[in-house]
Amino acid sequence: MSRYFDLTRRSFLKSTAAAGALVLGTCFVGSAPRAMAGVLAKPSDTAKAANLFVSLRPNGIVEITCHRSEMGQQVRTAIAQIVADEMEASWDMVKVIQAKGDPKYGDQNTDGSRSIRFNMQRLREMGASVRYMMQHAAAARWEVKPNTCVAEQHKVSHESGKTLSYQELINDALAIVPPEADKLKLKSRKEWRYINTGMAHIDLNDIVTGKATFAADVIEPKALVASIERPPVVGGMIKSFDSAAAKAVQGVVDVIEIPAPKGAPQFQPKGGVAVIASNTWAAMQGRKKLNATWDDGPNGDYNSDDFKAQLLETVNQTQTHVREKGDAVAVLASTSDKLIADYYIPHLAQAPIEPPCATAMYYKDRVDIWAATQNPQADMETVGAMVGIEKEKINVHVTLLGGAFGRKSKPDFSAEAAYLSMKTGKPVRVQWTREDDIQHGFYHAVSAQHVEASLDEKGNIDAYLHRTAFSPIAAIFQQGAKAPFSFELDLGFTDNPINTPNMKLERGEAPAKARIGWMRSVSNIFHAFAVQSFINEAAHKAGIDAKDYLLQAIGPDRVIDVTSQNAEYGNYWGDKSVYPLDTGRLRHVIEKVANMATWGRELPKGRGLGIAAHRSFLTYVATVVEVEVSDSGELNIIKSWVAIDAGTVVNTDTVINQTQGGSIYGITTAISDGITFDKGRVQQTNFNNYQVPRMSDVPLDIEVAIIPSEEAPAGVGEPATPVYAPALCNAIFAACGKRIRQLPIGDQLKA
Amino acid sequence: MITFTINGQTHKFSGDPTTPVLWYLRDELQLTGTKFGCGMAQCGACTVHIDGIAQRSCVLPVAAVSGKKITTIEGLSQDGDHPVQKAWIEHKVPQCGYCQCGQMMQAASLLAKNPTPSDDEIVSAMSGNICRCGTYPRIHKAIKSAANAMAGVQYFVPDSTGEKA
Repeated sequence: MSRYFDLTRRSFLKSTAAAGALVLGTCFVGSAPRAMAGVLAKPSDTAKAANLFVSLRPNGIVEITCHRSEMGQQVRTAIAQIVADEMEASWDMVKVIQAKGDPKYGDQNTDGSRSIRFNMQRLREMGASVRYMMQHAAAARWEVKPNTCVAEQHKVSHESGKTLSYQELINDALAIVPPEADKLKLKSRKEWRYINTGMAHIDLNDIVTGKATFAADVIEPKALVASIERPPVVGGMIKSFDSAAAKAVQGVVDVIEIPAPKGAPQFQPKGGVAVIASNTWAAMQGRKKLNATWDDGPNGDYNSDDFKAQLLETVNQTQTHVREKGDAVAVLASTSDKLIADYYIPHLAQAPIEPPCATAMYYKDRVDIWAATQNPQADMETVGAMVGIEKEKINVHVTLLGGAFGRKSKPDFSAEAAYLSMKTGKPVRVQWTREDDIQHGFYHAVSAQHVEASLDEKGNIDAYLHRTAFSPIAAIFQQGAKAPFSFELDLGFTDNPINTPNMKLERGEAPAKARIGWMRSVSNIFHAFAVQSFINEAAHKAGIDAKDYLLQAIGPDRVIDVTSQNAEYGNYWGDKSVYPLDTGRLRHVIEKVANMATWGRELPKGRGLGIAAHRSFLTYVATVVEVEVSDSGELNIIKSWVAIDAGTVVNTDTVINQTQGGSIYGITTAISDGITFDKGRVQQTNFNNYQVPRMSDVPLDIEVAIIPSEEAPAGVGEPATPVYAPALCNAIFAACGKRIRQLPIGDQLKA
Repeated sequence: MITFTINGQTHKFSGDPTTPVLWYLRDELQLTGTKFGCGMAQCGACTVHIDGIAQRSCVLPVAAVSGKKITTIEGLSQDGDHPVQKAWIEHKVPQCGYCQCGQMMQAASLLAKNPTPSDDEIVSAMSGNICRCGTYPRIHKAIKSAANAMAGVQYFVPDSTGEKA
């Protein structure tokens, strides 16, 4: 069961260093643009200096280290595809080893849809270095020129016909020093054999046979199990609890109070009381006997209805500048016939199907953690602070993640496990229940938006004013913060693509009375909903076809640099010369998806097509949804079409699967009642009252087209999500004339 | 003492009889292919077969399975070659994979009872199983493909011997 973990790696380094394995790493120093490849002849001595590994074992097995977390996006497969392709490794000889948390790998925070774009180049260079070494080792052995030798599929062939396998060349290759990265010859695109194919993912067989190791499946060590009663209100403190009653339950071994967090929430545990037992059921039963009471603190007044009113009031008043061009306020003040709309989306929970879970073993001088974490380096920091050990001594083993969607970037559950192991002196697994996940999460921000515009006689948007307000993620890092971080505005707000002479974007302030965290595509969800719904409303007002109007609103092909309009913009950490905001690519996906859906065709009564398009995580997506709304207001989503331009893609099947899944994830926004609060407490508990899409809620045909591209790789995991809800609601409008400005849809179609 | 079989082997249980089968499988037997998702029969990640019929093991007390035959994903086939498993591979269904054992157990039970389900019957049988990754279109296709593969073949399911499998 430990085969996913770095444990294997360590024993491997020890056992094979003497046996002549080839281990290669790249040094990635500071902000150096290129990695430098080098051979580690004695890997156990120098492993610290290298940060990504590919190793060739004496039996020919290639072990590739994946330093990003696997949560369904097939990053383990993609990383292996890239390295093995450039290395010319035979695919059936490839194994993937999951890296533990370590800054030597560089960034490991698996969010923001950036694993491939941050790593593809250096992974290619590493693979190409091995291929170079094999080719040159064989040439030296045969005493021929390297360019008469070809490394292909685990062996090197000479033009004379003789061959040597990679494993036969290991010892020779140790003497070859590959060139620096910028002098390496990488394969051309047409030489790729794994990259840009739809090969099956590397853990598929383990998954279908039940052998895949998720967090709760780590059975070594055999741990005690903890179930934790947490304060229902953020910032609440325990007042009383019945330890004896919990301990009276057979199997319960201890009841331990977890300290309340200090300062800003960050990723600290919420505090509370843990019931520790010899098995999961006993821990859950003991917890029910605690009868805990709480002091709620200042967030005990949080009520979602009141907060909604507050947000809507905020966006209907002048707010803080974000971006400005021309003078939208003056134009709008002189216009009598304006289009005005307010939009609202409640909190949502990521609700990955695997609830948070971690196992920890505390020693005096270190902690070992096995966790379903998106960001093992955050576990190191959070756990270290919780138990008072420096972060370098927190060993975080990353299991497979049973979905994550942003929730598992926050390692509060790992800190709970480490703390309880410290207190009991035994290994402890903290098992969150579904109720814990729904009620003690880091929620997608609740948001309100106000948009107004005036149209000229051709329907062009003459002036556009948009205000956004939402509880910011900033507040989990800065106590009491009410203003969003700039990155929260970057996501679909600051980079509005509408072509207009007068645009004003403003953001309001809002407190966070719950813990706010990122959820798949983050604030793109509500920003794209407002922008793409509003364009559709404007199309209707102008009397122009929705697709034609969307293209008209975006305007001619051009690169938009919003920083020239007095705005800050981070562009998803992407260099704007490599990843410009290119409206031509947005137009292309719109035209493509309209074509796929046969846009403009005759539809029976009660049916409608809706379209929306959005750039997020540097990827361009357009979606068409076809719905049927019955006379009694029953909604049936019939089919969807999605065109996605993510630049260069590594695994075409993964892109299709993620785009289908990301679309369905977007349906959550529309059909779930969301997360609401009263008296500071989450009112939803489990999947019975926090609705997530089921097979009966989704279209079973989601046709995806990947735009062939040689542009730099962009994000794949998130971009299909934000565009879905507006496309769906635009389709509903086309079908029955009802405009959905507030989500969830709920019974709005029945009225 | 409660006696039952799991994947063909007899087990005796003497602990708290209210313990759900899920936690006995996972905590005591280390049969970890059966997953915890909700604890209240809302998501289907814990689906196993009881005498050949799909049931949610998270709400099923051990006391209720006395004398029954339990099959988990580990016992669905010898080598991962049940038609449903093969179809899951063929259609590359999983993303994260966490819910998929439960999905496959549900699908295998459906096909054992109804070897030629209609599209709507598949939706109806599978809508108790949540996949947060949203692999539903592929699950649906894989079930149809497994149904085709099973058509005309008498498939041996170990724990439904003697049933109408």
